[in-house]
Amino acid sequence: MRIEAHTLARMLSRRRGMELGFKALAVTTLAIALGSLALLLLDAIADGAGRLSWQFLTSFPSRKPEEAGILSALVGTVCLILLTAVFAFPIGVGAAIYLEEYAGKSWFSRVVEVNISNLAGVPSIIYGLLGLELFVRALGFDRSLLSGALTMALLVLPIIIISSREALRTVPRSIREASFALGADRWQTIWHQVLPLALPGILTGSILAFSRAIGEAAPLITIGALTYVAFLPDGLFAPFTALPIQIFNWVSRPQAGFHANAAAAILVLLAVLLLMNALAVFLRQRYQKRLNL
Amino acid sequence: MTATTLHHLTRGRYRERAAHVLLFFCGTLSILTTLGIVAVLLFETLAFFREVPLFDFLTDTQWTPLFADKHFGILPLVAGTALTAGIAVCVATPIGLVSALYLSEYATDRVRHLVKPVLEVLAGVPTVVYGYFALLFITPLLQTVIPSLSGFNALSPGIVIGVMIIPMVSSLSEDAMYAVPQSLREGAYALGSSKLQVAVKVVVPAAFSGIAASLLLGVSRAIGETMILAIAAGQQPRLTLNPTVPIETMTAYIVQVSLGDTPTGTIEYRTIFAVGMMLFLGTLALNLVSQWIKQRFREQVG
Amino acid sequence: MDETTALEVHDLNAWYGHTQALRNMSLSMMERRITAVIGPSGCGKSTFIRCLNRINDLMPGFRVAGRVLFKGQDLYAPGVDPIEIRLRIGMVFQKPNPFPKPIYDNVAYGPRLCGIKERARLDALVEESLKKAALWDEVKDKLHHSALALSGGQQQRLCIARALAVEPEVLLLDEPCSALDPIATGRIEELLLDLKKNYTMVIVTHNMQQAARVSDTTAFFMLGQLVEFGPTSQIFTNPRDKVTEDYITGRFG
Repeated sequence: MRIEAHTLARMLSRRRGMELGFKALAVTTLAIALGSLALLLLDAIADGAGRLSWQFLTSFPSRKPEEAGILSALVGTVCLILLTAVFAFPIGVGAAIYLEEYAGKSWFSRVVEVNISNLAGVPSIIYGLLGLELFVRALGFDRSLLSGALTMALLVLPIIIISSREALRTVPRSIREASFALGADRWQTIWHQVLPLALPGILTGSILAFSRAIGEAAPLITIGALTYVAFLPDGLFAPFTALPIQIFNWVSRPQAGFHANAAAAILVLLAVLLLMNALAVFLRQRYQKRLNL
Repeated sequence: MTATTLHHLTRGRYRERAAHVLLFFCGTLSILTTLGIVAVLLFETLAFFREVPLFDFLTDTQWTPLFADKHFGILPLVAGTALTAGIAVCVATPIGLVSALYLSEYATDRVRHLVKPVLEVLAGVPTVVYGYFALLFITPLLQTVIPSLSGFNALSPGIVIGVMIIPMVSSLSEDAMYAVPQSLREGAYALGSSKLQVAVKVVVPAAFSGIAASLLLGVSRAIGETMILAIAAGQQPRLTLNPTVPIETMTAYIVQVSLGDTPTGTIEYRTIFAVGMMLFLGTLALNLVSQWIKQRFREQVG
Repeated sequence: MDETTALEVHDLNAWYGHTQALRNMSLSMMERRITAVIGPSGCGKSTFIRCLNRINDLMPGFRVAGRVLFKGQDLYAPGVDPIEIRLRIGMVFQKPNPFPKPIYDNVAYGPRLCGIKERARLDALVEESLKKAALWDEVKDKLHHSALALSGGQQQRLCIARALAVEPEVLLLDEPCSALDPIATGRIEELLLDLKKNYTMVIVTHNMQQAARVSDTTAFFMLGQLVEFGPTSQIFTNPRDKVTEDYITGRFG
């Protein structure tokens, strides 16, 4: 197609302008997104860093903001997540093994797969409603650490199953074939060959799932976790609180002192999350180097 | 081989069967969870509708189950949810799509490797932290620009939820764009198109279903969001589209009742399940449509 | 030459879902002899050999009709345990697939599954198997190094040692040299001729010269059917079927 020289020149320069314009737009939008994150962190640090102290970490909540601390919330969070892991990890990995190694591509496997990805998209507060009727009321566990852990386990189960399945899939089929050809049955092949190779991926995925669970408040509030708890949980059936709930409680108070406490608690929560994610990344790096698959 | 072998083979057969059964139960637990959710919601919702007519529930414009003069119209809560989700989508869509386009078609590998993980951090921040940010930073900030903005409103949490779902929209759309075959792009380049023209006129239309699916998932996530709204949106259910006044969403209502001491078995208690049922059905519908669109997309691109 | 039949296949048919992969195959494989299976791509050679140790059972949608007799017993009879079969009929795969574990643990895996735990006995088994596979001298000082550090040819010999460690009677080899260079291939062919003294072997190969060098009997497959079967020397110098002759002389395939 023949275009006159100056029309072509104009078209090209306009195009160049638009390309530049788009790149500027993209950089701006990314700046907005990343800038929001930075603003959020800076805001929390500005408001809360002053309150961070040993006293803050080791005191119970109190009616006076300067004396309040996150001890019960922190201990509650740790107990809760450990108990959740006890339930969710074996069942989640077991389900992933079943779906990936035993059920294959049957219709049952497809139904379960669709079901799991739907469950992953159900709002967390709905899990709270389930926990309320099932664990707190029907099974009579009341508003306890056990109910909280079981509810959270159901919440994270889909994520653990999905990420564990991915990890199992990365093990090459040839390894399984070699094992079978030597006379191993399915369980022996899984236990001796597949699981050891998939374990780093499974662990990484699970740690990330638990780190999401740590930040959840809605389902716990629904099952009745208390927002003012001035004691440590003394057993599976004890009432409890957790960091996100404590933050919620303090943010909802009008006094500025409590807002500062909330910000400080936020910093502690973010620190815990950072630790967990760092652990997950570390595990992934270390095992990938070892097995060089 | 030998007697040892035979012994082991027999033990192995039992162990294999036991493993199979145990793992099968683990596999079916997810189905039981779904059945549990449906059963629980259905049970209480049916009890609710024995006292409150479905028609009133769907059409009454007031939601006051905790007051003396009880109204059980869900519309104010739905309006509140829709308003905040709508604002969130207005924020997340342009930012998410432009980011996705840039990362998919323009950015170098180095930039992508740097930016994507940081974007993912946005998705990992606990929602109570976002709630704090919305109430104590964004709202005062907006009040300098909009003096009539009330302390609790829909605008501030809506914006923050939008920021929270940017990574979801961005990375799912980017996946959709990445799946567009290179041959399509090359065809357009060969005809003398610029990068932007290829991106906008070829890649985006080809990836459209995937992008639409990602937006639907973003809406679903925004609708299901609880804590940001419980902290920053208020507790005044009102049928309005005005983002500057306090409202209440479906999720925040459930939190409000859970924090109080509503005795179980009462109509007030049952309202949280009726609201929960609406929420569940709404997000389920969005997720299913999103999956269906993605499935059709996979078939188109091949 | 005293010849007994190790494996007999009668009217074997096999399907992957709706696609038929093997049609009415019947042939016999002699004890302590090497039977080669040749034919163009897609003729069913791999499918056939994988029926002999029932490792195809693991493929969803795979179906078999017909009989495979091992020492007179039908492997596909109801109630027959595939795991027991695989302890007597071993397999080596096309691409070497050692476990990402130490060499010792690769070879000891099979015996350990059978319940052998005593260190001394395992040590002896590992050494014996590695010697049979002509790998012992090269790895005896690094038994606890990863198997993945070995070269391709060494890895394949390790896979042979691993298969021999469970003391099978038959060894199935599915194109064992196709991923290896000529020198490694030569060493493995020498090894197979040596193993013939004690093991029955069935080898699938797309390399006709290899079949001619190594095997006693050859079966020529095409499109899932057995076209011709007989002593190797006869197949390669005086084939009865025209199609066989065309394949041998390179007119197709």
